[in-house]
Order: sequence, then structure tokens, then C-alpha cells
Amino acid sequence: MVYLKVFLVGGLLCAIAQLLIDKTKMTPARILVTYVVGGAVLSAVGLYDKIADFAKAGATVPLIGFGHLLAKGARSAVENEGLIGALTGGLTASAGGISAAIVFGYIFALLFNSKPDHK
Amino acid sequence: MQKSILDKEEYIKFAEHRAKRTNSVKNTAAAFIVGGLICVLGQLLCDLYMMIGISEDTSCSLVSISLIFLSCLFTALGWYDRLALIAGAGTLVPITGFANAVISPALDYKAEGLVAGMSAKMFIIAGPVIVYGTIASVIYGLIYYICTVLF
Amino acid sequence: MKKIYSFTKRPTISATSTIVGKEEKNGPLGEYFDCCRDDTKFGMQTWELAESEMVRMAFDTVLKKSKLCEDDIDIIFAGDLINQCTSTSFGLIDKSIPYVGLYGACSTFAEGLMSAAVYIETGFADTAACATSSHFCTAERQFRFPIEYGCQRTPTAQYTVTGAASAILSTKAESPSGVYVMEALPGIVREFGIKDANNMGAAMAPATADTIARYFSLSGNKPSDFDMILTGDLGAEGFELLKIMMKQYGYEMGTGFNDCGLMIYDLKNQDVGAGGSGCGCSGVVFGGYVMEQFMSGAVKDVLLIGTGALLSPTTVMQNLPIPAVAHLVRLKKD
Repeated sequence: MVYLKVFLVGGLLCAIAQLLIDKTKMTPARILVTYVVGGAVLSAVGLYDKIADFAKAGATVPLIGFGHLLAKGARSAVENEGLIGALTGGLTASAGGISAAIVFGYIFALLFNSKPDHK
Repeated sequence: MQKSILDKEEYIKFAEHRAKRTNSVKNTAAAFIVGGLICVLGQLLCDLYMMIGISEDTSCSLVSISLIFLSCLFTALGWYDRLALIAGAGTLVPITGFANAVISPALDYKAEGLVAGMSAKMFIIAGPVIVYGTIASVIYGLIYYICTVLF
Repeated sequence: MKKIYSFTKRPTISATSTIVGKEEKNGPLGEYFDCCRDDTKFGMQTWELAESEMVRMAFDTVLKKSKLCEDDIDIIFAGDLINQCTSTSFGLIDKSIPYVGLYGACSTFAEGLMSAAVYIETGFADTAACATSSHFCTAERQFRFPIEYGCQRTPTAQYTVTGAASAILSTKAESPSGVYVMEALPGIVREFGIKDANNMGAAMAPATADTIARYFSLSGNKPSDFDMILTGDLGAEGFELLKIMMKQYGYEMGTGFNDCGLMIYDLKNQDVGAGGSGCGCSGVVFGGYVMEQFMSGAVKDVLLIGTGALLSPTTVMQNLPIPAVAHLVRLKKD
């Protein structure tokens, strides 16, 4: 049952992005930026926690969840450390993902080369 | 009788109107299924990590890290962009799309050196996500701070 | 209205050469190309060097086929798509031949033929060469996204041909084909407001229609006077637009009218969007397929219209419209 919710919500978030790409002139980069900022806003107004409780990974794996993570981090850091938390909280909470992308990206880029699909 | 498209204004309208758009129904279905499945994979991993006794928060971070690892591996092997040709936003929106955006320029720009090439170009596509995400979180943090002080 | 260049010295094509990648070899015209490599890097370290290697191979092959040596070539006109035309200059680095770099984007091959013919006509050269190249990976890196980046292509987007072509024009050297450049008409930059870099055919169609219509009106010739009228790389979308525009100019283009970008690939079975593009596209289709048609006597009078979209990554990011140019050359065999 949980997996069905994960699938439906995760799939829906991707499907909306696909429609935005196909039907508007939004580029993929703009979609991602919109999703991240949108996630932060939804989190700020308290909505995203509910969505994440409902859909688990379906809400946290898409990039909109990354925005939620950043906002959540900023909020809890402000609660614990005061004003400075506004600056440290977001990136601290998302440090794992960003560092992983940098480190794995670096290692695999060293080991492999790009190759076009068409030979 | 068709209007003359030898006139610039008419030409723009005509050419933009007739430019074939992507098959949205097919694309959206593919994005839905692939995107949904990547999320299900994330949930599976999360449940696995929790089963071996890792806390929920840590599991959640580990899921992101695992998916990023897999995405980097698949990109390096040349599979991720092929999947993306079919899945579109289904591979773009999950965190795996972020990792793909980081590693793909790194792979390409290795030819221009490890510092000015590979490392400098890593964030040419993914950079805006971090910039706007960080700015949004800082603004929210400030607003939240002001609210806690005032109320 | 500028005038048509009519060449009186009969600058004759002594040979052409074509180097392609595997995707082009697998296309409908695969059998017409001189050389194909499966390795997209052509044995080099980077794709940029691979493209230079293709230029070098194309030029060496055309020298060999025309039985000429470097000393016989008075000048070479060449260019490509990559920043500052470095693929070409690095490819010709070991040649002791005066070099004039061209940038006409994908119209470079026609531009090169025209320039070489003009040099011969003026008498400054007896034998002049032209060359051009494009490579899928170098173009992709410069104009679009990294190779492994996951994204979909819009249906109007075209696929850059991995190919290099070279030709030698001469009034002296022997020519088994007997094909000469009879006339040329340089194009005028036209910009019709298209901003979508994934719809370059639509950006180039107005400039192409302009050149063709000017040619017919200045020369008094009709489309039916020619066995073949080939545009460079408009692709499916641009070529349809061109057909509509030609009709509105009042010309019925007939059956010999086609686009190199549509001919080089099998659009149904090769995943190439709206067709081929790139400098190499019209170069290898002309140098391989059309020359063979001349040799066999199937065609005797051909118009080749090189089409180039004059955009850069910077102009695209600044959301500027895409200007285009189309150069026409008339090739004839008596």
C-alpha cells in the first residue's frame, strides 16, 4: 500500500514536469529550479510535511523534496541556533546529497568517458 | 488560401504553430511510470535500511546517497541518457536527475583538465538548483526567525 | 538584387572526398562515402581532435584521388562549426598551403566551392581546394548539452552529421567527372524571428527561399531546367516550410528538389529527429552521392544550396533570433 502511494505521488510529480516541458516553453533547468523553490515554499507553509508523511519516498526523492529538505533544515537550525541557522541550516541538511553528487560524480568521471549513443 | 509567409510576422506565427510538439500523452505516461518506479526504488531502499536498524532520518539521507550513486554509475556506463530519451521528466525530476546533471559535464570536460575542466564545469547545469534552493532556504530561515522573535 | 557569378574559366572538380562516422555509413547513402570509422574519436584523444583528423583525412584523400600533391594546390578555403574554426586549422596544420578560413556554419561547403571558383576566375589560383567538417559530439558539446546528459529532443531538432568533405577545383588538373562550377550566387543574411535553436530548419528556410528565388529571377531559369536542386540541411521541418515559401514565390520545384539532411539518414529507422545537419551534411552528400550521379550520367545540371544557421551559444542564451544564410552554386557537366 505504501509502495502504491510512493509510486503514484512520485509519478505524478514527474508527469506534471513532463507536461510543463511539452506544453510550455520551460526548459528542464527552469523546471528543476521551480521544483526546488516550490518545495521550499510548500514546506514553509507547512504543506510538504503532510505530503511527505503520506507519500514517503514519493515526495522526498523528486527534487521538490530537495527544496523541502533545505527549508526544513533552515527551520530547525533557526530553532536551535537562532539567526545564524538561516544561513547554515539549508545546506547542512542537504550536505549529504550534494557531497555524494560531487564525490561520486568526480570518481566516476575519472574512471569513465562519455560515449555517444549512436555509434 | 494560405496567408503569405514571405512576410516576417506571418512567418513566425506560421512556423511556430506548425512546429511539431512532442507526443505529450506518451511522454507523460513514460515520465509517470519511470519517475514513479525510481521513487519506489527509493522507498524499497529506505525500508531495507530501516530493517537493519538504521534510524528513519539517516535512512532517508542514505536513500538519496544511494540513488545518487546509482545515477552516477548508470550515467558513466552510458545508460542514463538512453533511459531519459524515453522517460523525459521521469529521469529529470528525481534526485537521480540532479546527479546526472552533475556527472555528465564532468565526464565531458575531463578533456579540458581536472581543475578548469572537469571540476569547474560540474555545476553548469545543476548549479542553479543549488543556488535557488539555498536562497529560498535562507529567505525562509530569515522569515521564520523574524516570526519566532515577534510572536 | 545582386548579380549571379558566371564563371568563364570552367573551374572543374577534379575530385571530392568524404569521411563519415558509423551512423552516416548506416544511412541510405552509406555506400557512396570514401571512408568510415566506427570509432567516434577516430583514434584521437578528444572529439575536437577527431574532427581535425577527419579534415586531414578528407584532404589527404582528395589529393590522392585527384592525383595532385600539396604543391599543386594554390589555396584552400575551409571551415567548420567549432569555436574559431579550430577543427579545420588543426586539421590542416601540417599542410604547406595558403589557407583562408571560412565561417558559413552549415553552408560552408557551398561557400568554399564558390570562393574557390571565384579565386580561379580572378586568376589568382589555378587549382583551389575547399574542405569542411562537423562531428556529432563536438557540436553537441558546444551547442547543446553534455553527451551523457539525460534529455529528450524535440521533434524539430536535427542530428549533427559526423562527416568531413573536401573538393579540388582546377582549370589544369584532369577531371574524370567533368563537373564544373558554372554559376554561384552568394546568400544574404536573413532573420525571420525564429528563436528556437531546436528548430533550425525553420530559421534557415527564409534565407534559402530568398537565395533560390533571387537565382531564378536573375537567371531566368526554371526549376525544371535542373536535374537536382539540393538544399543543405533544412531537415523535415525546414524543407516543408521552404516548399511552401517557394510556392508563394511562384515556383513549382518539381521532383529533383530535395534536402541533404533528409537524404543522408533514414528518418524512420534512424533516431535522428528531423534529419541531418552540420557542415559535413551537404559536403558528404554532394561529395559522395551527387558526384557519383554525375559520373554515371544520371544528372548533368545541379543546384546546391548550402544553408547555414548563424547562431552561437551566446546569442541563444541571450534569446536573440537566429539569422541564416544560403549560398547557391550551380554544377554542370556537358
